[in-house]
Amino acid sequence: MTDDRLIIAGREFKSRLWVGTGKYKDFAETKKAIEASGADVVTVAVRRVNITDHSKENLLDYLDPKKYIILPNTAGCYNVEDAVRYARLARAAGVSDLIKLEVLGDERTLFPDTAGLIEAAKILIKEGFIVLPYTNDDPIVAQKLVDIGCPVVMPLAAPIGSGLGIRNPYNLKIIMEMIKVPIIVDAGVGTASDAAFAMELGADAVLMNTAIAGAQDPIAMAEAMKYAVYAGRLAYKAGRIPRKLYATASSPIEGML
Amino acid sequence: MAEAIQIQVNGEQRGCRADATVGDLLRELAIKIERVAVELNLEILDRKDFDHRSLKQGDRVEILSFIGGGV
Repeated sequence: MTDDRLIIAGREFKSRLWVGTGKYKDFAETKKAIEASGADVVTVAVRRVNITDHSKENLLDYLDPKKYIILPNTAGCYNVEDAVRYARLARAAGVSDLIKLEVLGDERTLFPDTAGLIEAAKILIKEGFIVLPYTNDDPIVAQKLVDIGCPVVMPLAAPIGSGLGIRNPYNLKIIMEMIKVPIIVDAGVGTASDAAFAMELGADAVLMNTAIAGAQDPIAMAEAMKYAVYAGRLAYKAGRIPRKLYATASSPIEGML
Repeated sequence: MAEAIQIQVNGEQRGCRADATVGDLLRELAIKIERVAVELNLEILDRKDFDHRSLKQGDRVEILSFIGGGV
């Protein structure tokens, strides 16, 4: 699969596993897990600098922005105004126009407010951002996001951090068939088989954080996810056999006594 | 010696020299300017303007950076 490249908005991505950097024990563990995952895209959040404790290390001291594509998010934003403000701050702090846009609708589920998402995406695209929208598994919303200029759509598999896996494979499949830009399944993965399943459905990539960072051994789980995404992609490209209710013998009848 | 003014930095009150710039404030706080974003009274500043924007009494400064975060 050497020429099986993921291209979004003219940028080439080596890995189809993208990872978050939250919830790790420390930066050393973050770095090791990300190395084990083989991911070349890492998401980060934008927050106030601690101005009283100068000893605090910076995440980017551990993640070389020359080696990784740093993808800032607007996590924690519950309205269009905040999401746009954080996106602009992320661009001012960083080096690129990439933004993982989240406009959340509810604290308990962290489900996206898709109306707010579309509105915020329109504003940011007009300002030259490359908007990667975190959205629900709704094919109509996905199409609207593409229509306004999002180069990728990132539907959830299940609520953020829930580990419930692929809750609605049929909607995701419809999105993958209908939408002509890359689809990245974002959030909800619990273990390696979930990631493989997402890729087998035809996802172009999977983005996760808690499934790795919250595992008992995050570094081992990061490696498991790397292989799961790779295996799932290979299986998708290989083309699975159709499901049948009854058996089909693998050994020939001919030549039997 | 210029007299002191009160400003708010990341939600906390602090004193600062009346002729100080945003760049001076960042140096005083030992914050590396690479990869921080600075908002002065809700206006996001260009990094190259840090040394040209002076602070006034009551200014609200927000200094933000990237931290671990995910999905």
